[in-house]
Parts: sequence; structure tokens; C-alpha cells
Amino acid sequence: MVERPDDPSMAAPREELAVEVVDLHKWYGDFHVLRDINLKVLRGERIVICGPSGGGKSTLLRCINRLEDWQRGRVIVDGIELTDDPKRILAVRRDVGMVFQQFNLFPHLTVLENCTLAPIWVRHMPKRDAEALAMSYLERVKIPDQASKYPARLSGGQQQRVAIARALCMSPNIMLFDEPTSALDPEMVKEVLDSMTALAGEGMTMMVVTHEMGFARRVADRVVFMDDGEIIEIGEPEAFFRAPRQARARQFISQLLH
Amino acid sequence: MSAIGDQSLPYVRRSPAERLPPPAARAGAVGWLRSNFLSSPANMALTLVCILFIVWAVPPLLRFFLIDAVWSGADGDACLASPAQPHPGACWAFVRVWSAYFVYGFYPIGQRWRVDLFFLALAFGIVWLLRLSAPRRDIGALYFFVVLPVLSFVLLHGAPWIGLRVVPTALWGGILVTVVVATIGMVASLPLGILLALGRRSEMPVVRLSAVIFIEFVRGVPLITVLFMASVMLPLFVPEHLAPDKLVRALIGVALFASAYMAEVVRGGLAAVPRGQYEAARALGLSYWRMTGLVILPQALRVTLPNIVNTFIGLFKDTTLVFIVGIFDFLRTIEAARADPKWAAPTITVTGYAFAALFYFVCCYGMSRYAQNVEARLTRSGRR
Repeated sequence: MVERPDDPSMAAPREELAVEVVDLHKWYGDFHVLRDINLKVLRGERIVICGPSGGGKSTLLRCINRLEDWQRGRVIVDGIELTDDPKRILAVRRDVGMVFQQFNLFPHLTVLENCTLAPIWVRHMPKRDAEALAMSYLERVKIPDQASKYPARLSGGQQQRVAIARALCMSPNIMLFDEPTSALDPEMVKEVLDSMTALAGEGMTMMVVTHEMGFARRVADRVVFMDDGEIIEIGEPEAFFRAPRQARARQFISQLLH
Repeated sequence: MSAIGDQSLPYVRRSPAERLPPPAARAGAVGWLRSNFLSSPANMALTLVCILFIVWAVPPLLRFFLIDAVWSGADGDACLASPAQPHPGACWAFVRVWSAYFVYGFYPIGQRWRVDLFFLALAFGIVWLLRLSAPRRDIGALYFFVVLPVLSFVLLHGAPWIGLRVVPTALWGGILVTVVVATIGMVASLPLGILLALGRRSEMPVVRLSAVIFIEFVRGVPLITVLFMASVMLPLFVPEHLAPDKLVRALIGVALFASAYMAEVVRGGLAAVPRGQYEAARALGLSYWRMTGLVILPQALRVTLPNIVNTFIGLFKDTTLVFIVGIFDFLRTIEAARADPKWAAPTITVTGYAFAALFYFVCCYGMSRYAQNVEARLTRSGRR
């Protein structure tokens, strides 16, 4: 879905890997929150990360655009290895979109301004073009009529769809979703999941932390099960949900069903 | 009628409940009076006490300041008690005769149009900048922060090459000085305060420590001390001919002092911005300064607007302290004028101070009202 101009760097054969996490360890003080994480995400792949609360799922996701730093290991995104170098961090963040549990829309800006802020100030896009782009994405998430409102006037589901549109306006190569439906009232979950499913259908590389197992079955290429700061199991969704191999995964899935 | 009671427990609504208009409120002046002033015995007592206080306080004040007041006269004799006026009230004649001095200080009489022009230019800038509906407020800001300072300096200080003779600041006085000190203090303290507040929250230890030391040191010292140090101690270290002008020194002192307070006010606003806002801005690839300028500060300043205005009001009144280093601000000109033996009358002092109080009140209340308007607007538009 991302239409890129004919960029010479794009003409070259693409790296197959969108994200590569190698031997990642992270501590909060003495607490070892991420242990020996190794994960490769291919371009166009949809990964769902699930597991019990406090298992390090969100922390892992937030390492991928360096909202969290780490003490050991490597994270390579789009061929750029993340280090302390602010230039690399900004370069990765420009091309990696993120959607948060609490939406985090900017309350002092209208929906349209939320969407055009980064294209204008980071991509240096003319205001008119940025607005046209934003409207096209707002149409895609089915809320173009709310463009001039402030976020506080919108329902949770609408706000989250704006957040998705805002991230897409940067034409990201990878989208990260951190529990995008956890803060929503039940009747609004579907509209957000529909927008995400549509996005997946367009070939976007996605990493999604979620408890929506139906979504995982329908959309995910692979499911990553995390518990207690480590990856326990990686598998295709059908196989994983039908017959998880690890006891902890079995227990988690049995709790979901009851 | 008790339809529900007659049915067995499972309940299914058969027809929609009627939508009724709200019951009429207890309307009319009497109802309003009752509910607001006479709703309980304590409220009634409070109302009574307030009425008594008003009856006791207001008529004598009115009589002194308006009815018995002396409006014209050439010297203090007009305001003395005489058979014609056994109880003379406020001596407004004194204020009228001295009013030019209160406004300009010793600014040369032939040059005072320059001060008037400065007041006009300033008022124009303030209105342009602060009226939310004014056109092209970006140009207004450019005018206020770039054009106006240069224009003011040329007008007030003078520029011999275009025929405006130099008026040394020692001759400036009155409302002119108060306005100059307050305006520069406010205009300088907000950006400085923002930088200090950001510095205090910085992740770089050197920046953070410098900001903390500056803020805590300046805040821990009275303004009078800062002014004394600026005017008395600076010449000890710098040769007299290199030391900046007395007024400039006081201005720097006031600006630094106010910025330390402003820093703490802004810091409160920054702390009120949720962490998610920082994360969302970062995740979009905004650099630190873009994130701060476009996402964080607009929200922080909005939350903290009442406190900013509160600090401005405090600063405006604190400008009276510059008299301590020999600068004739508005209050000091009144002090000087009331000592004039030509105007020796018992009511002079009260009148002078009442006039000063009126001036400060009008200015501060104006600021307060403006802030309330902006707040109400922000609340209405739901931009919280």
C-alpha cells in the first residue's frame, strides 16, 4: 500500500528482513525484563505477539523504535542498526509507525492536524499535500467527516482509527501495534480490528501485541508467545492455538477460552 | 398504576417511555435570590453580614473619593479644610497637577511626544498579539518581539543620527519606567523560564544541574537583594564606564528573577503532559525541539496559563522595588510628589496612594480578565 517514488535505493533488491532482533536483553534496575530475545520479521509479514501481562511483549515492541533502550543485544530495523546515535533513531522512527493502547492523539490539534504534523515537520511535505494525504488515510479508516474535530470529541474507536491514520501518513514500512484495542469499549473493538485487517491485506509489515486471538488467527503469519521476559514459542497461528507445545502456552490458551 | 409491581419479575418494556421536557426551574428574581442568598440560616447570616459591611464601608469611601473630593486647585491650600469645605475629601487636584510627572518622570517636556508614541506602539502591539481574532498574528508577533524593541529603544533612548536627542535613563520615570520594566520583565522571563524549565527536566546532567542551581539560587533570594547586587556590586567588578546603565542593570535583575519563578510555573505544566504524548511524538520521528515546540509546550502552557498570568501580575507589582536602586518608577514619583511642601495637606498622601492602587489594580485586573477569557475559550472549544 505504501507508494514510494522511484528512489534509487528502492530499486536495489530489497533486504528480506524488516526487523532483526539478536540476543536482546533488558533490565529495569535488577529486574531482567527481556531475556535472550531472537526474532526475525520478514517484509510483509504479520506477527502477533501474545502472552500473559507483564511478559515483556510491549517492552519488546517499544525496543523496535527505541522508545526503550537495552543493555545487551542488537536490533536492526530496515537495515539500520539502532544505537545511541540520534540520527539512526530518528531515521528508524520516521519509517516505523506505532499505535498505542491509549491512542495518544495530540489533544490540542484537530484530527487533520494530528495527521499532518509529522509529514509537514519531519518529511517537509507542503501543507496542502500533507492534508490531501491525511484525508486519503482518514477515508481509508472511514472517518473523513471527523477531520476538523478535536480528539476529545471522538469515541475511543474513532480516536484509535485516527491514530492508525496518523501513523500511516508517514508512509511507514513497518507498523507496530501495542495493544490497540485493550482500552476500547467492546462495541468499538471491531471497527479498529477491521482497519488493521485491511492494512494487513495490503501487505504492510505488522507487529501486533494483542489479546484478540480471533484477529491473530485470521491475520497473523506467525504468533510469538512470550512469558516472563522470554520467547516461549513461535508458530503458525492454527498450529499454535490448536496444539501449543509448551506447557505455559497451553495454560495461557486454556485460560483464554474459559 | 404500579404496573411493574403487578408483573412477575422478568420485565419487558411494551411501549417507549415518554420523552418529557425538563420541569420548569424556580424562575424569577425571587427564586434566584432565595436559592443563592437565603438557602440556609448560615447563608442568611452571611448575606446579612455582607449587606451590613457594604452599608458601613461604601458610603464613606464614596463620600471621600467622589462627593467631597477636590477636583481642581493650584496648590495644597485648595485641599485644606475651610469653612466652605469642613471635611475635604481626596485631593484629585494634586494628581491632576502632577500627572505629567507621574507618567513621564523627568523626561524633557519637549520630548514627551516620544514617550506617547512609545505607549501607542506598545498598546498596538499588545492588542495585535493578544486579540485572538486579530488578523495575521504571526506578523503581530514579529512586530512585538522584533520591531517594537528596536522602535522603543530609538524612541525612548534617542538616536542622534535621525535627530532624536539622547535622553539618559536617569531622566525617565513614572509610568514610563514601570511599563518598560514590567514589559521587558514579562517578555524576557517567559522564554527564559521555558528554557530553564526544559533544562531542569533535561537528561543531560550538566544542563540539569545548571538550571537547578540558577533557579534555586535566584528563587531563594529576595528581589531587593538581586537588584542591590545588580546595581551596587556590579560596579565593584566592572569599571564604572564599562558598567551598563542603571536601568539596564535593574532590568536584567528583574528579568532573571522573574524567569526563575516562570521556570517553576512552566515545569508544573510540563509535568502535567502525559508520557504518552512524548512517546507518540517520538514515535512519529519528531526531534526533541520539534516535539517540545509542537506537541509538549502548547499543551503545557495551556494548562499553566493561569499560573503564568499570576506570575506576571506578581512581577508587575514587584517592579515597584526598583526604587531601591534609585529608579523613579510610578510609585516612587508619587512618593516624591507628596513630599512637595506646596502640596502640604492631610489628604495628599491618601490620594496619591489611592491613585497608585487604582493604576495597579486596573492593570492587574485587566491581565486577570484576559487570562479568564482565554481559558473560557479553550474550555469551550474542548481543546483540553
